[in-house]
Amino acid sequence: MNLSMSSVESLVAQIHGLSSNIGELTQLRNYLKQCDDLLRTESTRLAPLLTELDPSVHSLGYLYILEACTSAPISKDQANKLVLSVARFINVCAAEQIRLAPEKFISICKRLMLQVMLLEDPMRGVAPLLTSIRKLQSSTEQLTTLHPDFMLLCLLSKCYKIGLSVLEDDIFEVDLPRDLFLYCYYGGMICIGQKQFRKALELLHNVVTAPMPIISAIAVEAYKKYILVSLIHLGQQFATSFPKYTSSAAQRNLKNFSQSYLELVNSYSTGKVSEVEKCVEIYKDTFGSDNNLGLVKQVVSSMYKRNIQRLTQTYLTLSLQDIANTVQLNSPKEAEMHVLQMIQEGDIYATINQKDGMVRFLEDPEQYKTCEMIERLDFSIQRIMRLSKKLTTMNEVMSCDPSYLGKVGKERQRFDYDDFYTVPSKFTI
Amino acid sequence: MEAEDDAAGAIIGDEEIYANVRDETDSQRHRPIISGEQLDVEAYAALYTGRTKTTRLLFIADKCGAPSMELEALRMAYDEIKKGENTQLFREVVGKINGRLGPNYALDDAWADAVDRRAELKKDKLENELNAYRTNLIKESIRMGYNDFGDFYYAHGQLGEAFKNYVRTRDYCTTSKHIIHMCLNAILLSIEMGQFTHVTSYVGKAEQTADGLDPVTIAKLRCAAGLSHLEGKKYKLAARKFLEVGPELGNNYTEVISPQDVATYGSLCALASFDRSELKSKVIDNTNFRNFLELVPEIRELINDFHTSHYASCLEYLGNLKTNLLLDIHLHDHVETLYEQIRSKALIQYTLPFVSVDLNMMANAFNTSVTGLEKELEALITNDQIQARIDSHNKILYARHADQRNGTFQRVLQTGNEFDRELRAMLLRANLIKHDYNLKAARKH
Repeated sequence: MNLSMSSVESLVAQIHGLSSNIGELTQLRNYLKQCDDLLRTESTRLAPLLTELDPSVHSLGYLYILEACTSAPISKDQANKLVLSVARFINVCAAEQIRLAPEKFISICKRLMLQVMLLEDPMRGVAPLLTSIRKLQSSTEQLTTLHPDFMLLCLLSKCYKIGLSVLEDDIFEVDLPRDLFLYCYYGGMICIGQKQFRKALELLHNVVTAPMPIISAIAVEAYKKYILVSLIHLGQQFATSFPKYTSSAAQRNLKNFSQSYLELVNSYSTGKVSEVEKCVEIYKDTFGSDNNLGLVKQVVSSMYKRNIQRLTQTYLTLSLQDIANTVQLNSPKEAEMHVLQMIQEGDIYATINQKDGMVRFLEDPEQYKTCEMIERLDFSIQRIMRLSKKLTTMNEVMSCDPSYLGKVGKERQRFDYDDFYTVPSKFTI
Repeated sequence: MEAEDDAAGAIIGDEEIYANVRDETDSQRHRPIISGEQLDVEAYAALYTGRTKTTRLLFIADKCGAPSMELEALRMAYDEIKKGENTQLFREVVGKINGRLGPNYALDDAWADAVDRRAELKKDKLENELNAYRTNLIKESIRMGYNDFGDFYYAHGQLGEAFKNYVRTRDYCTTSKHIIHMCLNAILLSIEMGQFTHVTSYVGKAEQTADGLDPVTIAKLRCAAGLSHLEGKKYKLAARKFLEVGPELGNNYTEVISPQDVATYGSLCALASFDRSELKSKVIDNTNFRNFLELVPEIRELINDFHTSHYASCLEYLGNLKTNLLLDIHLHDHVETLYEQIRSKALIQYTLPFVSVDLNMMANAFNTSVTGLEKELEALITNDQIQARIDSHNKILYARHADQRNGTFQRVLQTGNEFDRELRAMLLRANLIKHDYNLKAARKH
């Protein structure tokens, strides 16, 4: 269909007219859907239309036209302009309107990301994508397709703190499993970068144990990092067996892809730093090709920490020379440095007596009597109560679900007059 | 701190106790066979009869490492075998002797062939008899027939066949005496073959027969049960069984075990596994067991020392007994473990009553160095067997009792966090599954 100026103008007029309330907006959306092909064919000539529309009021219409505009291949100099215009749109658009056409919104955000990466300036994409996530989400518990892209941008531009702030939200609703995997994987990497190993472990654990019919490469990479982070955070308590709820595909296959990492776990469990270092030497190439060498080095240094921590359980005072011998460090000076670092990071409680060359290990001074502690307890209790309530509602919703009832009803015996089940069974007479 | 002074003072006195053993004061009794001196092979072998005598002699020859003792044992084994009919074992022993004992102890082919020929004849005869009995269907004779077969195979060293035949008599047993007879044979054979699971089951079977259990049989069954527990490394159960053996055992079970063995096995297992009160009530105050302990006075001293906290002398006795115990066929594999357990128990018991312990005094009491002691204590603390901490600077061990209140708070917070994490992960997974399910449902339509 040939586009004449009149139909374009009518399009603009429609947008102007139908943008006031939700009923009109749905009508507008249907109309725009019909015009989609039209818009696509005329993509190059649509730019002037944008000037006639106000993105904050006519967000839906603006979105469609913008999307059509950007669908054409973009040259490098135009990329900059594109980035600016999309970013501006994202900032001012109305959230309810764009939620009516989420796929279009997602596609322009993805294009923004692409351009930003081509321009090799990922930091420019961070803020717009953050805004876009907040606008697209129907609640903070929902994971959108934009989340993993946002995480990736944070990683590439090293804006870890922003990434962390998004990770603070609990996710309970997911559109696509693949989004979740990528989100957790990148999120885990951000947490590792910020040395928040507990949260990283949680995220990676979610990937590894998520239900998946076939194993995905993301899960394999996540498992490798999971092993390394658990060694750093939990030490020898790392269990190589999967929890019961892991999918069978994962249970069968994940270990095959991470043999060298499991070897590392074995050498770690011997408790000797020399063993671990030997293992690292052997598998250096594998670790390097997976970009995990940094993590592996952290694993080795965590070994020293664990050994020193074990000493606090058996000794009250110990000479630096003895520490150096037990933990296989080269000199008392090194031992002193390690202990000092651990005291500063809060891993152990001790005092160093340099005159005698002795370290005195103290008990954890936390007495659990302060107001802060009570507040912490209270906060935890409230949180758990909320979560439990959520669980109960979810249970109730599911027990009213017709497909569930149908399945349960089928397995019940027929002709049970004495039972008081409220679930109707299916009779076949 | 009085206890340690006593220990330090009493160490000198222990030498005298140890020296007493060599006196002739108990010459009217049997000279102790299992003692700190080198094992007297002849006296040791005199305690046993039957096949176990030969097996034990061969074991000693294998493990002792001293050529004189080895040759002595082999010589006795040769003599013993010549009295029986086991040509297979005969050839083995001759091979081991290797001509070192002179022409009298060489391979006597003539004798061996004669025995084999006799065996063939006997076997045919027995078979014919058995067939005759079987056609006659007289239960008692069939049972006797199988028994004879079993005896025959046992004498010739074919243990598997013997066992099978003994077990076959089960169908033809009519009185409980028969059943017990069968069980005892089966037990004997299982012990010889080293299949201790059978031992346990047959002991159970025998004990279940309502009547016909005279005290000697009960004692025999308890010994067998104890042996099987010992092999299964269940030292506590083994100790209990051995301690229940009555003095009626006497010398009635020498084809398996001697009373000295009962005393040794029982005491060592008890020391390694019983706690203090059980040790006192079941071992020291046990009048029945006292009869057995008299046969091995060193072990009796050892137990008393342990109970009265004279650890240095106790461990010294143990050290002396070790070489001889290693030559015992049943105890050989367990000596190390038992010794380790006894030593750990001694260390733990020493530190139990004190708030602080001077490591120097403790090292004296145990006759080791302070650094060695520190290492051992460290291992015990890491395994959570001692609740204490070591002050390495001043060489003092301080008892440490965990603060329950703080521990509880810590655990509460931790549990809360774990619950939080698990719940969130679970809700997420449920959502994923629901999503998958919806997708599949959508595809179906």
